[in-house]
Amino acid sequence: MILAKTGNEALAYAMRQINPDVVAAYPITPSTEIVQIFAQYVSDGKVDSEFVAVESEHSAMAACIGSAASGCRTMTATASQGLMLMHEMLFIAGGLRLPIVMPIASRSVSSPLNIHGDHSDSLASRDSGWMQFFCETVQEGYDTLIQCVKIAERASLPVICAVDGFILSHCMERIETFEDAPVREFIGAYKPNWNLLDYKQPILVGPATMQDYFFEFKRSQIEGMNQALPIIEAVQAEFKQKFGRGYGIIDEYRCEDAEAVVLLMGSACGTMRDAVDTMRNQGKKVGMVKLRVFRPWPAQVLKESLRKFKTVAVMDRADTVNAWGGALFTETTSALYDLDARPKVLSYVYGLGGKEFSLADAATVLEQAYAGRKEDLVTYIGVR
Amino acid sequence: MVESCIMLSGQPLEIRWHGRGGQGAKTAALLFGEAALDTGMYIQAFPEYGPERMGAPVAAFNRLSDKPIRSHAGMKTPRVVVVLDASLIEPAKVTEGLIEDGGILLVNSNEDPAILRKQLNLPPGIKLYVVDASKIAMETVGKNVPNTPMLGALVKATGVLEFEPMMEAIKHKLGEKFRGGKEKFIEPNLVSVRRAYEEVRC
Repeated sequence: MILAKTGNEALAYAMRQINPDVVAAYPITPSTEIVQIFAQYVSDGKVDSEFVAVESEHSAMAACIGSAASGCRTMTATASQGLMLMHEMLFIAGGLRLPIVMPIASRSVSSPLNIHGDHSDSLASRDSGWMQFFCETVQEGYDTLIQCVKIAERASLPVICAVDGFILSHCMERIETFEDAPVREFIGAYKPNWNLLDYKQPILVGPATMQDYFFEFKRSQIEGMNQALPIIEAVQAEFKQKFGRGYGIIDEYRCEDAEAVVLLMGSACGTMRDAVDTMRNQGKKVGMVKLRVFRPWPAQVLKESLRKFKTVAVMDRADTVNAWGGALFTETTSALYDLDARPKVLSYVYGLGGKEFSLADAATVLEQAYAGRKEDLVTYIGVR
Repeated sequence: MVESCIMLSGQPLEIRWHGRGGQGAKTAALLFGEAALDTGMYIQAFPEYGPERMGAPVAAFNRLSDKPIRSHAGMKTPRVVVVLDASLIEPAKVTEGLIEDGGILLVNSNEDPAILRKQLNLPPGIKLYVVDASKIAMETVGKNVPNTPMLGALVKATGVLEFEPMMEAIKHKLGEKFRGGKEKFIEPNLVSVRRAYEEVRC
């Protein structure tokens, strides 16, 4: 069905179709509407889900962990300070390998207080053992959330599905939704290997594990993330086969014969596509590489892609405040390090706290990448 | 000749709405986007988020296109500006960025278009449309809610949508909004859209 939906509406719509067993949530701007609309679905009897209204995001994730450990398909939604408050619990969900699925309307983190879109919240959670997807459009958010259920359950890892706060969460776009039945057929029934409520196969969840076995548990979790990428690729392929829309780990836009490309994530990719077209019309060989999956970090995929270009401009919508630029920049350069011939990598930080990222800004980055140089190590776009 | 006709040809048509908190600029943009979608277009509708206060100046935006819309940049040079409250004309700088060659300014006002044009000192390339949407809303809906009638005036001023299909879409959306005993509000709203379509002047 062709529908006009905001990012929040589309994600809530996908949640209705997914029909999770349990949703435990505490609403926060700008993802509030996801939870609000889903709560409406619950009270209208349109889903079978148990909705648990909790007193904080910390409790929301704690409830999700209990639910997922009990073998229930479990979802929640949050953003920004809410995700920060969940932080402790995120690591527990990751360590317990619980396939919780969480849409996020990604936004900045205080202070100063700001409710607008950037990637500070999700990227601050990057070491918590969650897979992370960044979506370019409302359509991609809807499609990806459906994929995430299958990916999480097959990989036994929790997953964040991020859309840019306000820029996508509150932007109404044309989307094409699927019927409920094929979505439910696609995700299938959840059959966990073990669960707390199975008294015939009793298990222990979350015990103290000291020097003797902690490292082995961690190593096993790391291996889970190591093996996640092929699972994501397989589910993306299954999605394409069933629904016709295809997604990759990365998306190369007009990269054939390109000398310089921009690497970025999220809603700004669309703006960058327009800027690439303009420059291509001027005969300049530029392109864009969109990164869709940040965790697991697809080092090999990026290496294969980026080695072809002379210059790569990496654009971060969050800064790590480490005096060395954003996470996407540092991880990209480290992925390229052992290549014999490496592209030159330029670092940009843009759009913090919802700062406008215009077509002209996109063109500036492309021009500098095409010229292959700029002055500062990190360029902060549009800062007065 | 009141009617103009904007043709979409690959480039999105950009519309900026100005209103005061509570006047429904965001709602109008969403409604207009949905109506355009129903006629087969690609759309975006998004509000500008500042402090949300009753009466404070707010803006909302539409992009309409016959092709998928990719940009998520803000809107700096709209082709069309819709003003729900004439008192915003100066403080909100409503003509800022409005395309001078072929731009359209639509204002909710009881002023004569020629006089308003002089007051605004508009460049000759910008077409000015005026409709007393507040009066229409008072006479039909019984409240000063200019956002719905402005949809009719906007369609007349731009010609980007056909009127009857838009009315169908609005009727459908209002039906979703006014439920459970509130159905009686649907018809007056529809009348207000039709009247604004007929009464808009330039």
